[in-house]
Amino acid sequence: MSLASDGAELSRPLGPAFARAEPSIASVEDYLALLKPRVMSLVVFTALVGMLVAPGHVHPVIGFTALLCIAIGAGASGALNMWYDADIDAVMTRTKSRPIPAGRVQPGEALAFGATLAVFSVATLGLLVNLLAGALLAFTIFFYVFVYTMWLKRSTPQNIVIGGAAGAFPPMIGWAAVTGDVTLAPVLMFLIIFLWTPPHFWALSLLKSDDYARAGVPMLPVVAGHDETRRQILIYSLILAPVGLAPSLFGFAGVLYGAVALGCGAMMLMLAWRVYRDRKGQPAVSAARKLFAFSLLYVFLLFAALLADYEIGGLGWLR
Amino acid sequence: MNTPYDENRIVLTEEQVRRRRGRSIAIALSLALFVVLVYAVTVVKLGPAVLVRPL
Repeated sequence: MSLASDGAELSRPLGPAFARAEPSIASVEDYLALLKPRVMSLVVFTALVGMLVAPGHVHPVIGFTALLCIAIGAGASGALNMWYDADIDAVMTRTKSRPIPAGRVQPGEALAFGATLAVFSVATLGLLVNLLAGALLAFTIFFYVFVYTMWLKRSTPQNIVIGGAAGAFPPMIGWAAVTGDVTLAPVLMFLIIFLWTPPHFWALSLLKSDDYARAGVPMLPVVAGHDETRRQILIYSLILAPVGLAPSLFGFAGVLYGAVALGCGAMMLMLAWRVYRDRKGQPAVSAARKLFAFSLLYVFLLFAALLADYEIGGLGWLR
Repeated sequence: MNTPYDENRIVLTEEQVRRRRGRSIAIALSLALFVVLVYAVTVVKLGPAVLVRPL
């Protein structure tokens, strides 16, 4: 569905406010903000779990290198996303204080920073760890920057559904860094994050739909309305809950993981149901806020449980 | 931030100089970390064999 004409037109290039050729006033903190450290923390955590539960052994120095490259690759994606989306960020309250729209970092600085880190992280991972992991990281950066940021985000309400794949790759890259291959277990980890992304971001977009509408971003609530978004959140949560259990059902994880996935899946479903049910006033806002907050916890808890399960022997069969 | 200019060159403000120094230090530390990383990985991957490889 093309929605370019439905919202406000997004103009590029960024205009005179972003085009001044003054000496840089960017601080180190501004550059660190370009890396989206909060997103990076989830990437690092899920990649670490992917590495630790993978069969085989990796030297700690190689493991650290892989994790560092994955983190920097994710940060590079964030910087390139902020470079391209500076016009959107400038009109959204949630993002207008980011370094580029706030005028602290020039777009060219962010582009050079992101591109340099992207090339270095991919090359280093490919040469120092293994080629498959490097190739997967390169594809992840490509997918996030070109497919999601430059194409899908501005053209379809399915943007975060398809684009969510970029955030789902890190555990697979972590796994590949250890084993040099990709099997069903990392695919299941990928699927959990992939299916978790829509309810997570749509809960946020219910709260920020005015922002997205002003910026002309065709998020689902802007295009299809809040009721349809609530229905889609419930559908994706209904799919996510059993997929979250899949590692146990397929024998990749044990009872501990299964219990956590069951409890967290039930909680996600209950909160998604409340979002679906409470459609007006403060209860609707509160329901969306609670789902968004818990969805963050959901991924951390599931991957932490996977790791704990492995540590107590639940994944011993993989060795 | 308005930057004072003289006839031939840009004169940085104190704040701009301070921030540039911060960025330079960060780049230096990053490069040092990269060198150490490549060294450590070389030792881990090749070990003593690093000295007996054909030239």
